[in-house]
Amino acid sequence: MTELMEAPSTEQQQATETVASLTAVTKRYSNGVLALDNLSLSLHRGQIVALLGPNGAGKSTAVKLMMGLSSPTSGEVRIFGADPRDTATRLRTGVMLQVGRAPEMLRVREHIQIFRGYYPNPMPYADLIKAAGLEGLESRFFGQLSGGQRQRVLFAIALAGDPDLIFLDEPTVGLDIEARRLMWAQIRSLAARGKTVLLTTHYLEEADALAHRIIVINQGRVVCEGTPAEVKSLGAGVSGEAGGPQRGIKIIRCVTTLTAEHLLAMPTVSTVESHGNITVITSAQPEATLREMLALDQTLNSLEVQSPALEDAFLALTKSSN
Amino acid sequence: MSSATITLPATRPSVLGIFLTEVRYEFVRSLRTRAYSLSVIGFPLVFYLFFGILMNRNQNFHGISVATNMLAGYAVFGAIGASLFGIGVGLAGDLSAGWLELKRASPMPPLAYLLAKCCTAIGFATIIVTSLTIMGITAAGAHITLLQYLQMVALIALGCIPFASMGLVLALVAPFNAAPGIANMIYLPMSFLGGLWMPIEVLPVFLQKFAPVFPTYHLKQLMLGIFHYPNAGSTSVHWLALAIFTALMLLCAGFLFRRREQNS
Repeated sequence: MTELMEAPSTEQQQATETVASLTAVTKRYSNGVLALDNLSLSLHRGQIVALLGPNGAGKSTAVKLMMGLSSPTSGEVRIFGADPRDTATRLRTGVMLQVGRAPEMLRVREHIQIFRGYYPNPMPYADLIKAAGLEGLESRFFGQLSGGQRQRVLFAIALAGDPDLIFLDEPTVGLDIEARRLMWAQIRSLAARGKTVLLTTHYLEEADALAHRIIVINQGRVVCEGTPAEVKSLGAGVSGEAGGPQRGIKIIRCVTTLTAEHLLAMPTVSTVESHGNITVITSAQPEATLREMLALDQTLNSLEVQSPALEDAFLALTKSSN
Repeated sequence: MSSATITLPATRPSVLGIFLTEVRYEFVRSLRTRAYSLSVIGFPLVFYLFFGILMNRNQNFHGISVATNMLAGYAVFGAIGASLFGIGVGLAGDLSAGWLELKRASPMPPLAYLLAKCCTAIGFATIIVTSLTIMGITAAGAHITLLQYLQMVALIALGCIPFASMGLVLALVAPFNAAPGIANMIYLPMSFLGGLWMPIEVLPVFLQKFAPVFPTYHLKQLMLGIFHYPNAGSTSVHWLALAIFTALMLLCAGFLFRRREQNS
């Protein structure tokens, strides 16, 4: 076992160094619900990983297992090569959970200082306040804060110990655009400093903007994983009949006289939908499809070509795994 | 230290230090939460003023003044309120909000959380005993020596433990919204039937026979023992009863906690 803590890593070592892993983890609750089904995933140093999935997919169960708040029915959970419940592990992890209510009659400053006190090398107080955008709110009681401000306090608490691995469960819920951008910037700078971030989010835009890697899970299983671009193309692939990973998939929108049957007969076209007079075509080879369409239909107009949005990919992926 | 970013193997914060911080902030938080602090301290003092001082001025009952007897009762009443509401309702809230999970995921030693709540309850109970003693001496002419006062404080501090354990059970059983109501449903009848509101001898005989079922009764009898009350009964029996009650509650809490863990 290599010593993870001390070795000064090069870029390449960083990318391969596994910080946390779930190996063939199955979690069945005592009420019989199967939350995770032989799930394996790993987090690498310096990466931001987004865990995406519909409600009940097993995202929070996976996070709870990695935080040592719950133990797997079978399989193994390792954080920094050790048990997540060890205090030594907990000293190197920070967590932001969806918390309904923190003690309301403590001030922002007090909440942060309490958590700083748990760690040997806490992040300097002033840095935390700045990172979470809490300037001017330090003397407020938690109970007086707005939803977005509370989220920022919880973010500061997650960073209090200057941890190497940070779990963020829906971190930007309730934040306005400015605060969300600030938090994104902070999350990026954490990764730039070699920290590892696991983020669950319902904002697909957020996963797209932040994550190096997206892991889509549904019904306790990994549906797919890859860079945001890869997940998008996978999703578009799944939504067609062919399936399989295909790059270069585009969505073509235009007004055309060509019929759906005619378009579907083209080998490069995987789906055709019409929205009013606009025809929406998914194509694995958009250039070839367009050449053929333009040749056949001189009146073709209002042409737009788009990359599939992550949201479409996500919906297609989670739908097809049901 | 050089300018290079070298992570020094810093020493871990001491468990005692973390514990003291938790206690301090739990106490401050409880004091600021007026719904808790005002009612937990206020009710025993107001009740004592009415029933112990105004209605029974200068009366003696079985050799000790009614004011002293009632002081013992309301001190126990106050300690139970502080424990049951502080631990029971407080923990139920932290459980339902997910706050306890966040604390448990942190490197905080898990016991620090519970001990902080327990110590806070003891702190409030001490405030209550002290206020009652001052009221008793100044307004009702009760004779209480310094030693007796210190004995009361020590007994009340220990006496918080059975009711803190009961609070644990309450928090693990009751949903947060129902916890304060359920706590009152336990607290008030148990206080009345245990003889905390008026001397037990004033209650109908069948209720007097029933009283030893309640831990409140045993704690009050121990308090009365400090004043050499003739009907205080056997000290060891009272201690045993409280120990059994505490053990039962802790077993119950342990079972409920494990069941909860398996479901999480």
